[in-house]
Amino acid sequence: MDFTLITGRTIDQGCTKEHAKLSDEYLLNVAVCEMNPEDMKRLNVRDGDNVKIMTDVGSVIVKAKKSRRIRRPGIIFVPFGPWINAILPSETEGTGMPPLKGFRVRVEPTDEPVSDIRSLLLKNYGVKG
Amino acid sequence: MQVVEGVVCPFCGCCCDDLEVIVEGNSIFDVRNACALGASKFIGYGKHRNTRPLVRKNGELVEASLDEAIERCAEILANASYPLLYGWSNTSCEAIRVGLELAEEVGGVIDNTTTVCHGPSILAIQEVGIPGCTLGQIRHRADLIIYWGSNPWSAHPRHIERYTALSEGRFQRAAWKRYLSRLILESARKKRYRAASLVFKGGAALLEAAEKEEIWMLPPPGERKLVVVDVQRTRTADLADIFIRVEPGGDYDVLQALRALIRDEELDVDEVAGVPIERLEALADLMVNARFGILFFGLGLTMSVGRSRNIEAAIKLTRDLNRYTKFLIMPMRGHFNVTGANIVFTWQTGYPYAVDFSHGYPRYNPGETSAIDILTRGDADATLVVASDPVSSFPRRAVENLVRNPLIVIDPVLTPTALMADVVIPTAFVGIEAEGTTYRMDHVPLPLKRVVEPPPGCLPDEEILRMILKRVQEIRG
Repeated sequence: MDFTLITGRTIDQGCTKEHAKLSDEYLLNVAVCEMNPEDMKRLNVRDGDNVKIMTDVGSVIVKAKKSRRIRRPGIIFVPFGPWINAILPSETEGTGMPPLKGFRVRVEPTDEPVSDIRSLLLKNYGVKG
Repeated sequence: MQVVEGVVCPFCGCCCDDLEVIVEGNSIFDVRNACALGASKFIGYGKHRNTRPLVRKNGELVEASLDEAIERCAEILANASYPLLYGWSNTSCEAIRVGLELAEEVGGVIDNTTTVCHGPSILAIQEVGIPGCTLGQIRHRADLIIYWGSNPWSAHPRHIERYTALSEGRFQRAAWKRYLSRLILESARKKRYRAASLVFKGGAALLEAAEKEEIWMLPPPGERKLVVVDVQRTRTADLADIFIRVEPGGDYDVLQALRALIRDEELDVDEVAGVPIERLEALADLMVNARFGILFFGLGLTMSVGRSRNIEAAIKLTRDLNRYTKFLIMPMRGHFNVTGANIVFTWQTGYPYAVDFSHGYPRYNPGETSAIDILTRGDADATLVVASDPVSSFPRRAVENLVRNPLIVIDPVLTPTALMADVVIPTAFVGIEAEGTTYRMDHVPLPLKRVVEPPPGCLPDEEILRMILKRVQEIRG
């Protein structure tokens, strides 16, 4: 299913972003996709199930999270972080700023696991050195 | 135990200066007056600490001496033809000043995190100017407060309490009681619907239907009003007297529609970007009739389609409003010293970010000399990252080129960027273990305190950068 992706800050992401980015807590706070309950029913995913978010740049696995704040279907929210940024486009259209809010993505349920930060870096950028 | 008073919080652009840090020995035992974000930093800063310099050898990051790490940094920067020096918003103005000297010495590009937050705001401000003020003025005088594309409840948790709707000003009363009574009523209503859902099937549906997406509850005349405009109902929106939901990507249309309405032009449409025209007319009336209005805007405008054009429209809206009343506008800055980075960059080079020294003089052209564009094109052949984590915050193609070339990270903690680095130098936390100067989001400079001593061997960013600069100058002769 196609969705409009909004990325942004959450208080939980903020509490771990300054000093604990390698912690499990950061992963739990950031590798999540907040969805409208109706969209979750249509996708046949439940709270805590894994979903794959795809763009032309790549794909990433995160956990679906039911959110009553997303009142209208067709929108998903993912906190800023290395998981979602791995599938964002880089075009800045002369402003220096990539489009980090409001672009189209595809989402589907998956059985693949959510990568921890080290596995994510290895998968996306390979071994350094 | 010792209580250190008047500590400035080194987290977000609010730079709250009333923190009380309770220190026992050389450890922070507790912190008072801080929000969840500030408290998490003061309490947890030592948990994931890196205290040893690391240098990559045979593909592995291994411990090294500080001298060896400095030498390796200096070699990388001195031998690079187009290095990028990035970060700077989570350190002191004093360290940024040395960073600019280093960028000029190596003929590289220096950019700060503005490039991925309010870069478009700066482009717009350079086009049309900005009517601004201090947060103190807003606290005492603003009777209409608008947050547009900004969620301070999550990103600047004390902003509303210290500077806007919930603060007690000299000429404006805090709106605490109103919000509390509304909260109690809302909570009671939810309980009733939940009880109903236990009795009959349709109860849950009733609860959802009753939770209206928009809020329009005007307080009595003369009282402060809080308006939130966003693409989703955030926690900040829950506090608002008026919440207007805009379709994603529709901010520019709504801003321009408001400009037209303020000029008494008629709009021959039923809605704009999902907002009924009657709501926009009522909002335009509120704005025109405010005695002192302020529009705070966040990344909802800078990162959405339109980017700098959204901000231009917002500034022009405040300009139009100033024909009728006093109306100001201010970006909600994220990192505690991102404003300081813009100020120091500007006083040293003439430009606030994305400054290119490769021609021997400072050049500025965001879209060309900005960090993401340089990395996406693969132009930079080495990168120095200071107090930042671009691997987490940049898009994929930029990160691929960032980690392909030599990468130096100067940071108190290990970050995803540090894991991909060739040299990692640990430093003291500015504002906790090192002093310095920071600028609040309204351009007010504040002194950062040292409340505890850093671990042995962890020097302030400024000192590390001076050591690298000295060694680079020696290598380059």
